[in-house]
Amino acid sequence: MSDHSSPSRPPPSAAQPSVTETYELSVNGRARSVPDAWIGESLLYVLRERLGLPGAKNACEQGECGSCSLYVDGVLLNSCCVLAADAVDADIRTVEGLGDGGHLTDVQQAFLDAGAVQCGFCIPGLIVTVHDLLDRVPDPDELQVREAISGNLCRCTGYGRILQAVEDVKLARLADPEGSS
Amino acid sequence: MSADTTGTTTRTPGVRDGLDTDAARPDGTPKVTGAFAFSSDLYAQQMLWGRTLRSPHAAARIVSIDTSAAEAMPGVAAVLTAPDVPGKATYGLEHADQPVFASDVVRYQGEAVAVVAAEHPELALRAVRAIEVVYAVTAPLTDPEAAIDAPPIHPDGNVFRHLPLRHGDIHATGEVVVEGTYEMGMQDQAFLGPESGLAIPSEDGGVELYMSTQWLHVDRDQVAACLALPAEQVRMTLAGVGGAFGAREDVSLQVHVSLLALRTNRPVKMLYSREESFHGHVHRHPAKMWFRHHADRDGTLVKVEARLVLDGGAYASSSTAVIANAVCFAGGPYRVPNAEIHGYAVRTNNPPCGAMRGFGVVQACFGHEAQMDRLAEALGMDPVELRLHNALRPGDELLTGQVITGTAPVREVIEAAVAHDLPPLPVDGESVMALPGGAGLTAERRDVRRGTGIAVSIKNLMFSEGFDDYSTAGVKLELDPRGRPIATVHCACAEVGQGFVTLAQQITRTALGVEQVLLRNADTQIGSAGSTSASRQTWMSGGAVQLACEAVQERLFERASVRSGVAVEAGRRRHFRMRDGEVVEVDGTFAMSVAELLAEGPIEEIREHHHPATEPLDEDGQGNAHVSFAFAAHRATVDVDPELGLVKVLQVATGQDIGRALNPRAVVGQIEGWIAQGVGLAVMEEILVQDGLIKNPSFTDYLIPTALDMPSVVQTVIEQPEPGAPFGAKGVGEPPTISSTPAVVAAIRAATGRELPRVPVRPQDIALT
Amino acid sequence: MPISRPTDLAGALEVLAEVPTADVLAGGTDAMVEISFDHRRPEHVVALRRIDALREHRVSPAVLELGATITYMQIETELAEHAPGLAMASRTVGSPQIRNAGTIGGNLGTASPAGDTLPWLLAMDAEVELTSAARGTRHLPLAAFITGPKRTAREADELITSVRVPRVEGPQHTAKIGPRNAMVISVACVAVIVDTTNRVVRIGMGSVGPGPLRATDAEAAVSEAIDWEALRCPEAAIGAFGRACAEAARPITDHRSTAEYRRHAVGVLAARSLRRCLNA
Repeated sequence: MSDHSSPSRPPPSAAQPSVTETYELSVNGRARSVPDAWIGESLLYVLRERLGLPGAKNACEQGECGSCSLYVDGVLLNSCCVLAADAVDADIRTVEGLGDGGHLTDVQQAFLDAGAVQCGFCIPGLIVTVHDLLDRVPDPDELQVREAISGNLCRCTGYGRILQAVEDVKLARLADPEGSS
Repeated sequence: MSADTTGTTTRTPGVRDGLDTDAARPDGTPKVTGAFAFSSDLYAQQMLWGRTLRSPHAAARIVSIDTSAAEAMPGVAAVLTAPDVPGKATYGLEHADQPVFASDVVRYQGEAVAVVAAEHPELALRAVRAIEVVYAVTAPLTDPEAAIDAPPIHPDGNVFRHLPLRHGDIHATGEVVVEGTYEMGMQDQAFLGPESGLAIPSEDGGVELYMSTQWLHVDRDQVAACLALPAEQVRMTLAGVGGAFGAREDVSLQVHVSLLALRTNRPVKMLYSREESFHGHVHRHPAKMWFRHHADRDGTLVKVEARLVLDGGAYASSSTAVIANAVCFAGGPYRVPNAEIHGYAVRTNNPPCGAMRGFGVVQACFGHEAQMDRLAEALGMDPVELRLHNALRPGDELLTGQVITGTAPVREVIEAAVAHDLPPLPVDGESVMALPGGAGLTAERRDVRRGTGIAVSIKNLMFSEGFDDYSTAGVKLELDPRGRPIATVHCACAEVGQGFVTLAQQITRTALGVEQVLLRNADTQIGSAGSTSASRQTWMSGGAVQLACEAVQERLFERASVRSGVAVEAGRRRHFRMRDGEVVEVDGTFAMSVAELLAEGPIEEIREHHHPATEPLDEDGQGNAHVSFAFAAHRATVDVDPELGLVKVLQVATGQDIGRALNPRAVVGQIEGWIAQGVGLAVMEEILVQDGLIKNPSFTDYLIPTALDMPSVVQTVIEQPEPGAPFGAKGVGEPPTISSTPAVVAAIRAATGRELPRVPVRPQDIALT
Repeated sequence: MPISRPTDLAGALEVLAEVPTADVLAGGTDAMVEISFDHRRPEHVVALRRIDALREHRVSPAVLELGATITYMQIETELAEHAPGLAMASRTVGSPQIRNAGTIGGNLGTASPAGDTLPWLLAMDAEVELTSAARGTRHLPLAAFITGPKRTAREADELITSVRVPRVEGPQHTAKIGPRNAMVISVACVAVIVDTTNRVVRIGMGSVGPGPLRATDAEAAVSEAIDWEALRCPEAAIGAFGRACAEAARPITDHRSTAEYRRHAVGVLAARSLRRCLNA
């Protein structure tokens, strides 16, 4: 059954699509080996299916939903639009790498407190996107927040509780700049 | 077992995170960290990847299928077609009319023809492409109106159901008559987590299936029939569900992935792409609707006439129930003494349609609310006044002749919706991003007009027409290793995001006074919970959990009676009650902690919860077919750029009848989320089908609202406890999506003066008419 | 090795010379979608991410030169002053995540009729720089570079290395219609340049033809009507400009819109954009 705690999944057995490549990725500060991967695999696929990191979600495969958002060299990207084999020597940070020693980040906690989570499929991507926004723009107005998360589709919430969560983190960080994570 | 008809519950004051609190979701933390396992995240050692070959044609004869090239490919473990199905060759939610694999004809684009299992998804894709199918393409039947009389495209015929409804004097006429024809496009549920599941062959020759679905048991029964296995050899467990909204009520890949696992004797995972997902589940029925409303000069409704044609696509799914809803509620939440309505759900070569939030009522409501505005105009009456004047009240009769015995706060929801402040007027220096067109910088304020509209809806809760959609729950109370009471709840209710997992804990905490409540996986090791649909799980499974808790409580009181020597027989509740983790004697001094009472062993009880029985509709569409009703009103305010036809929905104000808010924060989120889907249907969401082919099966071209499209939502909930409902609560999921769509369209009409008889409203509908 | 990760232009050109069938990868926002949707099966990939020189821009008095892998986000934030219309267009591309990845060279290479930067580039008489190991560098006007819907004059061994835009003074406005307030493929799009240096109005129109279109007759007529000192124009001439632009459009009906609406909309956008560039 699903076991995401295992550090790495065994490569699928012998048969592989013809054009393969072996490379190494740096994910959440750790070097991860990717042996014999088909050249066309996205970073999203490699993280999820080869490296046991399913936090980035696959909902559209075309950069329209933001569910697979993560950082590559500090830049917010859709990992479905990143060729994994081209992400070597980049610093990849996923939602799994946001927390600090098992503690929730302020954004994660605010999503829970505001009731922003329903089915939750879009939530890991949104968490990364909101971190990116508030780290760059500490005091966004509502329209800026809406634009910043406009690439993260959510079908359950109508965004209301998500906007509330962003506002809560913003105010908390402005009130206590040292306390933010 | 008994139905709960008391409308009350034993409350234990003071327990943390019990009912009526904003208790946190038990799955919240893993969902914000990314650790929560959705069905697409599943993985097993030696897992294969399954993939489906689908028909590119809407209608064709299959001349031949050659799988030899695919089978010969290295890394391909199995290629299956129709002859490989050991059991029943067809499946279906209500009527098993859909082949597991098409073998002689295909009836819609995307119909499954074969599946493969391979070592890598890319290999599976190449194997699918290597299967050679020769089709003889035929002309698709795509016009639902024509389908009624056209030669049948399926042995079961083209009309899934013709439902006539005749109520009162069908020859009655009113002094004022308005007539209109309305149309609704095909909406998609567009959940974020595509269909996916993992099947693992088990040693007994059966299969373990981990699946995102809305109703485990109905899936299991269909899978077992197709696999020719006894039901108990198909063990289903709910895997994390990335949204549902009706689209997971039908079987998608359940049978396919199980067949592959059994054939290969290896775990097989299937995961639809977004494009495949558009082909792989049912959609909301497109509708063509004619209405004629009769009223007296004072605005009193006299009669409603309607003809509703819903396109069910190629297979039945839940079309027969969807059309029943459309017909039963075609009058809206109003007193209508006379009616004649004909509803048709028909088969075509278009994509199959079935359940989606609102389930038939969405279509009807768009029509009847447009009619109410038309009537108001003809009468020179305020649209809100007209609705208030005709609003249903408790004790009134529906079009089906059924009398509303529960609450019906129609007036209250309307008054609450219109009592909210309108959104602020434009200010100097506003961002053009906030105007219609947004970042496209298409408009300035002078190009924009504002409009406001209202709509009201009624929705039935639970399944109707005699269906006993019961739920089952088990509750076990025991001591944890540290000697503290802990309850474990077992229920097959599918958590799809709505928050049943939270509610089950809240109910148990309140009923048993324990803070620690665990939830077992939802699976088929316990009886059915029915579907997570029809706004029914709070009532049905919430009720089942409550009954099981009460049974556990009863056993605690039994132990207390032995320990205290207080001799009681039936009706122990009169003698004992729960208080702060203790069982105490009502009129005495005995008190003992729950922990102490549990020292002699755990207590476990399983209960079924049934709602009051309903009846089928008779040949005139009359009968007590429904259990309960919920009402909502929406007032929408929009900015429109009439020249370009672009719309920005600014605000939706709502009043909603919810019975009782068991988790107020979750209620807020449900209402906002469903309004988003209603707004989407109003102005952007449509699966475009041309000659039976979907033109936009992607999130690039099937547009759902982004954060920049979502209006602000202001809401008032009306809490009038519903008699007979566990805790007095009504389901809150569906009403927000039903009348928000017509409210938005009414607002656009008000801003532009256009008729707009069709949703979604497209820019050209505003700009070019 | 099925993937090449050159760190300089010469390295990239060398690979393309050897493997002309290789897929060029920049931001990935088009290429990866083509792979995901089974429209492209890569055998060899040349990734441009490590070539810093392609991510630079140069501003001289006469020309703005944009490296091919400059992202939409860079344009939006760093080039708003030098290329305001392009910055407006860039802000309408996809989502923030897409704008962080997608590049102007990619928009050119894909050459979609709906490419968001193309109307502005066309209106500005931009030239595309193509470079190959064998033949060095050549420059093509955008109109010659784009040969049809999703077709370009790029040879297999060539890279789009930059786009050069002659600089002109004067206000600009870019406007784009999509049926949603964010993340949309253009249904109709215009870039209007009120070029006070040469005293001409220029317009580029997107999603209303097989590629970006100019409306030269409309441009000429309205340029005559403008009072260039005051930067004013009679309302009738603005209206005529919009109608003439609509006339010049060659739209089609597809799943995103109708030809009739596109023609109408592009005319409205043309007139409104011009009005916004002028003094009231």
